[in-house]
Amino acid sequence: MARALKFNIFRYNPQDPESTPHMESFMLDETDAMTLFIALNRIREEQDPSLQFDFCCRAGICGSCGMVINGRPGLACHTKIKDLPEEITLLPLPVFQLVGDLSVDTGSWFREMYDTTESWIHTKKAFDPAAQEERMENEVAEAIYELDRCVECGCCVAACGTARLRPDFLGAAGLNRVGRFLIDPRDERTEQDYYELIGNDMGIFGCMGLLACEDVCPKHMPLQDQLGFLRRKMGITALKNFFGK
Amino acid sequence: MQTIYTDVLVIGAGLAGERAAIEAAQAGFSAICLSLVPARRSHSSAAMGGMQASLGNCAKGDGDCPDVHFADTVKGSDWGCDQEVARLFADRAPIEMRQLAHWGVPWNRVVPGKSMYFKGGKQFEKEEKEENRGLITARDFGGTAKWRTCYVSDGTGHSVLFTVDNVCAKLGVEVHDKTEAIALIHDGATCFGCVARCLRTGELRVYLAKATTIASGGFGRIYPCTTNAVICDGGGHIPAINTGLVPMGNMEAVQFHPTGIVPTDILVTEGCRGDGGTLLDVNEERFMNIYEPEKQELASRDVVSRWMTHHIREGKGVKSPYGEHLWLDIRHLGEKHITGKLREVYEICTSFLGVDPIHQLIPVRPTQHYSMGGVRTDKTGHAYGVRGLFSVGEAACWDMHGFNRLGGNSLAETVVAGGIVGKKIAEFLQGAEVTFNSSVIDDEVKRQHERIENVIRCKAGTENVYKVRQAMQQSLHKGANIFRTDAGLTTCVAELQEILARARKVGLKSNGLGVNPELSAALKIEGQVKMALMVAYGALKRTESRGSHNREDFPARNDRDWLTRTLAYWKKDTDDLPTLEYEPATNVFHIPPGDRGYGKSEIIKADTPAATKG
Repeated sequence: MARALKFNIFRYNPQDPESTPHMESFMLDETDAMTLFIALNRIREEQDPSLQFDFCCRAGICGSCGMVINGRPGLACHTKIKDLPEEITLLPLPVFQLVGDLSVDTGSWFREMYDTTESWIHTKKAFDPAAQEERMENEVAEAIYELDRCVECGCCVAACGTARLRPDFLGAAGLNRVGRFLIDPRDERTEQDYYELIGNDMGIFGCMGLLACEDVCPKHMPLQDQLGFLRRKMGITALKNFFGK
Repeated sequence: MQTIYTDVLVIGAGLAGERAAIEAAQAGFSAICLSLVPARRSHSSAAMGGMQASLGNCAKGDGDCPDVHFADTVKGSDWGCDQEVARLFADRAPIEMRQLAHWGVPWNRVVPGKSMYFKGGKQFEKEEKEENRGLITARDFGGTAKWRTCYVSDGTGHSVLFTVDNVCAKLGVEVHDKTEAIALIHDGATCFGCVARCLRTGELRVYLAKATTIASGGFGRIYPCTTNAVICDGGGHIPAINTGLVPMGNMEAVQFHPTGIVPTDILVTEGCRGDGGTLLDVNEERFMNIYEPEKQELASRDVVSRWMTHHIREGKGVKSPYGEHLWLDIRHLGEKHITGKLREVYEICTSFLGVDPIHQLIPVRPTQHYSMGGVRTDKTGHAYGVRGLFSVGEAACWDMHGFNRLGGNSLAETVVAGGIVGKKIAEFLQGAEVTFNSSVIDDEVKRQHERIENVIRCKAGTENVYKVRQAMQQSLHKGANIFRTDAGLTTCVAELQEILARARKVGLKSNGLGVNPELSAALKIEGQVKMALMVAYGALKRTESRGSHNREDFPARNDRDWLTRTLAYWKKDTDDLPTLEYEPATNVFHIPPGDRGYGKSEIIKADTPAATKG
């Protein structure tokens, strides 16, 4: 028998002077192969057309639909209803500015992160359209891609103790971004350059090691290893700086 | 009212839009991209497979060159493409791949030595040359003579989009995300920018620009079953259509992808078949080897989709609560390959289906996938009809794909065309003098405010936008799908005309305040139905079969009468049918129309398609 599902959803429209933050309940019958993507769209189309939430690819690729699902940040599109209890509580991701209901502004946060980490290849070489590409070992390319897989959904930031305390903390997503360029032979930045970027409390030394980031990452990024790697690397650079070598 | 000025305004921040903006920025112009979502969530990110470029570095790509790529593209298009454009594309593609490598894309590289690969379920051996070690490698894709598809594991679109957006951040190309263009500002001759709705506050904003570029991707969401992202709803085309001056090219040319999973229609990549995956029927037997002995599972998409639909009609489909489907089998590729090179596929199957593709079959069916049609432009990307308006990428009909595009050619088109058109935009801006007429701007803003007011206050009626949208989708699904007939399309057009009347009477149930999603849907529903009518009416009038457009009552490709491109206009706002005009498919023939070598079909020859040299 299909279950009767009860959704408790956070509601607030900051653009409506009469709206106040509150929880609202919706009932829905479960259907086969139902995901939160299917459920939320049905609620909007059948019960409350003003309900705000963000989906884009609905295939776990674009990272739009991060939200807090029964207390845990995750992507709504690949959350199967059959894995959840009958009562489902949905909240917007914390840390990010609320747009309305379950929709938050991740775009501004991440764009600021690109500027802070200078999230691009730093090279003095100019592109020569007539030349063959520079060679790279396939293993190196695959290692870079492994860290390039982040979809910037913001789940790791929402689950991060430090990010809740310090608005300028780069979070696992930002630190992982630095790690991605650090192993890329095309990027000419030195360890000292990276140290100036993340060798502080806004960066790697702000991490308290709680590692919820790794637990909630929907792409299963190796965040724990990355944070450990960067901490060691930056720690050694700090010692070198201290002893003047 | 906030008014923002920029040299170049780009509607859309996917690969095509951002790549074009980069060219403008590098030439010293300011550029702003508007996007419904943060740039990196654009649908470009979902293209897993790769980009075609004839670098010829890998063993199975040996001897490849732009000429061969060009020939594959023209054949793939079923001679519907503009051959000058296809030539520009094929020539530029290898350079663009190197440019992307320079910017940071971690392309997979040649690993010397012997390795095994699968084709049609059988295993073969190849040997990569030591001298090519570390150069950009390629994989096999449908419809090509050589292995030509450059890739980054299973996340090519994602990785390239991240790289290109990084370059935008570096160069100061602004991305205004959560912003939706709802109307172009123009005086009947020149485009001056757009009126946009902020999806953080719901407020309207004016963007003024010397050049405006539509790069908003495809419009698959006018169909009920599509691999396209939720945002690919035609919202970027509608402002152009509403000018009444800009035609949409070949809207009837809609591609269906052979392998959308059932029931959610999420795409699993061509790479599955490229790497040796096979299609099976209800008896778990292959069938593509019977219909297409030469190319088998790797014939072009339109051909594979058509045979799959045909095979299901023959009673060989697998019945399910979501309709009939077939199976995709990748089990023989092994765990290492499936969880490595095809990891995204593995994740989709396990996360969304609960199917383990290492041991189980994947349920697939053909589903709407790509819009060959779009804003008709010349070869510089300049739109027909209005000066200062450009279009690029899937949103445009530039037209290198004709009636069918090859796998790996669209993702490549985004960056290659983005580079070419971006350069042309920069040239257009050199010395361009634009005079903005404030009354033209004010009138458009007033019109949009009134439109919003009317929908919120239900001035024209109380039709439910979601129900109207569903009716439109179902009508297209029934009438303008893979196989098309006069009767089916006639019914479809008549239904859509009734649905258009309903769309004009949509009113909101909710209060419409702020970022109201019902209002967003309501503002574009009439335009979407107009697009649906362009698809269905164009398909009805085109009495031949070409590429993805299959008329059961006109099975032959008719080069005598239909070596043309459809141009669909919505001339007057009160019209209830588009106005169709036609132009030659191409002015230059490097390759005269001939047999594609797959997808057997009869051809009615043109009298003298003079092969000119270019």
